[in-house]
Amino acid sequence: MLGLDFSFINLDVLQKFVWGGLVFSVQLTIVATLGGIFFGTLLALMRLSGKRLLMAPATFYVNGMRSIPLVMVILWFYLLIPFLIGKPIGAEVSAIITFIAFEAAYFSEIMRAGIQSIPRGQVFAGQALGLTYAQNMRLIILPQAFRNMLPVLLTQTIILFQDTSLVYAIGAYDLLKGFTNAGKIYGRPEEAYLLAAIVYFVICFALSWGVKRLQAKIAIVR
Amino acid sequence: MTWDWQVFLQDDGSGRTYLEWMLEAWRWTLAVAGASWLVAMVVGALVGTLRTLPNRPWLVRLANAWVELFRNIPLLVQIFLWYFVVPKIIPAFQQVPGFVLVVFGLGFFTSARIAEQFRAGIQALPRGQRYAAMAMGFTTWQSYRYVILPMAFRIILPPLTSESMNLLKNSSVAFAVSIAELTMFAMQAQEETSRGIEIYLAVTALYALSAFAINRVFAFIENRMRVPGFVAAGTGGGH
Repeated sequence: MLGLDFSFINLDVLQKFVWGGLVFSVQLTIVATLGGIFFGTLLALMRLSGKRLLMAPATFYVNGMRSIPLVMVILWFYLLIPFLIGKPIGAEVSAIITFIAFEAAYFSEIMRAGIQSIPRGQVFAGQALGLTYAQNMRLIILPQAFRNMLPVLLTQTIILFQDTSLVYAIGAYDLLKGFTNAGKIYGRPEEAYLLAAIVYFVICFALSWGVKRLQAKIAIVR
Repeated sequence: MTWDWQVFLQDDGSGRTYLEWMLEAWRWTLAVAGASWLVAMVVGALVGTLRTLPNRPWLVRLANAWVELFRNIPLLVQIFLWYFVVPKIIPAFQQVPGFVLVVFGLGFFTSARIAEQFRAGIQALPRGQRYAAMAMGFTTWQSYRYVILPMAFRIILPPLTSESMNLLKNSSVAFAVSIAELTMFAMQAQEETSRGIEIYLAVTALYALSAFAINRVFAFIENRMRVPGFVAAGTGGGH
């Protein structure tokens, strides 16, 4: 068909080349999402704190990260981390640190919008109950902000999963690399790219379908 | 560490300095981004509009499928598909230069996002606008041309701005198929000179500068196109 030949693909090849890459891509996505949401929330709180000393660096960090291409950020970290800690670092570890730092900027914008979407009355109500700032945030504001923003956070996670393919720039072994390596060894690079595209598509399509379902569900609860 | 900015005045081995190479790479980045932007805007506006057509279920489905297809595959993989797979399946594409293939890849990828913006913008218009156009006796084409699209375009200018800046940043992915743009320059010059920090700083500054320029151009357009008395969605509101 179309001069393509997929006969080299079987379970052995998938297990030998692709599986490890898929596991890394998924790991990277999960770790970067959790880390990104954690640090992103901190950044958002800094930006909303009203204190210049906290706002300025957080704003600078978020805007800076968001104005640089991800590939450049990946290259920057791969160059700078060994320089700072004085010893070489693996592409995979570097990718994990990079994605947490990079995604924190994007998640912080989402969390900021989420926190701002909470009516002021909620804040005042917490204060009237005598809650401290930290208690108010932890018990009243953040759970609601998080819930409101859940679909957006998950959509960002899908984008993040797609972006993990960019670790190609430093040669980390991810899902795409698994397919390209298999394609190279069996002399079928085009077929391997096509299969990679199909796998990414199926995963991302299924996830975004799930997010849509979730969104509809949450909309009813409100 | 010490700075060594003179690295940019060194010869890169082919009779030009690294500075000249970098500026040429910048032009490539702008060329890839600019051409892809045209593709993305034309296709995105078309597909996005199709998705809102009344009484045309198959066109709507086709346009929806377009968006899902190009949105759910990573950009890098799409560029590999255009660069390696398409010429193999369709021999006519073997004559097409790599630059054009990358422009297709980046342009269609972005078109899905822009189509989503257009759809949202058109659907954000009050239903009365469409009815008013119908009451005037406009055909579907006329009501889109004279009533719906001009307003929808203004509504989505802010998201179009950020999407255009994203496009510029995404053009960095072209390095993967050896287009001589800024990221490619950064990787190669870093390797050749070992002055990675200076090179990366300069390249990063050029990306930030270009993105800022896009932002200003759109702010200018937004200002010029503003319809008096009409506040675009997203700028007002609050609780």
